[in-house]
Amino acid sequence: MKARVTVTLKTGILDPQGKAIEGALKSLGVDGVASVRQGKVFDIELAGADKAKAEAALKDAADKLLANTVIENYAIEMKG
Amino acid sequence: MKAAILVFPGINRERDMARALRLISGHEPAMVWHAETSLPAGTDLVVVPGGFSYGDYLRCGAIAARSPVMDAVRGYAAKGGLVLGVCNGFQILCESGLLPGVLMRNARLKFICKDVHLRVERSDTPFTRGYNAGQVIRVPVAHGEGNYEADEETIKRIEGEGRVLYRYCSADGAVDESHNINGAAHSIAGLVNDKGNVLGMMPHPENHVEDIMGCTDGRGLFAGLVQHLEKAA
Repeated sequence: MKARVTVTLKTGILDPQGKAIEGALKSLGVDGVASVRQGKVFDIELAGADKAKAEAALKDAADKLLANTVIENYAIEMKG
Repeated sequence: MKAAILVFPGINRERDMARALRLISGHEPAMVWHAETSLPAGTDLVVVPGGFSYGDYLRCGAIAARSPVMDAVRGYAAKGGLVLGVCNGFQILCESGLLPGVLMRNARLKFICKDVHLRVERSDTPFTRGYNAGQVIRVPVAHGEGNYEADEETIKRIEGEGRVLYRYCSADGAVDESHNINGAAHSIAGLVNDKGNVLGMMPHPENHVEDIMGCTDGRGLFAGLVQHLEKAA
């Protein structure tokens, strides 16, 4: 079983890296970019076939390590 | 003062810290490997030094904060034991939940390596009793992620409880945005937890303790800790 955990900065948290990327896109002449926020993606393979168990493990992983919930949100997406 | 310095893979300031502690306290600090599950008996001070633990992978300090020795540090701090985290150590203490908030990328995205001035906000704590309130000290910083942030309510509580001990400032002690090197909320360079026994700070006082370093302003922090422990004993 595969899953993807996406970690993004919460709204209102300053994202200097996103801002720098936004500036770089503008200087490259890429039109129509209003703003950029940078995040992280984790592709995780899970042992076993129990989907509920896998989801619980992913939530545990995100809460304990993958995201710093002071500043970040996460989303879990099961892939088949 | 019996100090214990935590050692994680990728840490590089532990020897500087050991040298400063040896020099000022007269005792050899214990070096404690991250896989240990306990601290040496009779430890008076736990130091989480600077560096790049686990290569700063995931988030600065994130992986070190989950290492076995940190459970022992949490237990030690819960009983009132003194903990000092410098630079990456500050990041580790935030990630481990011992201090509130988080250290983000410097506002101007640059790694900053230079001497800065800090205003000591109060002198009635174990971590500042070697200084006078309002005193300005000069110490080096070397970090890319030192921009302290927390939600508004947390910042308000920290300020209300007088928990900011060190702030970035000018040579004459003015705190303003032009001297806030990394964009930290309220120019916070160092703060303590709610019980006042855990300090995290970005600057490196251990690197300004001998004449050969060109400045000895960092000595006061360690000398103050020694004094505090002697008085308590």
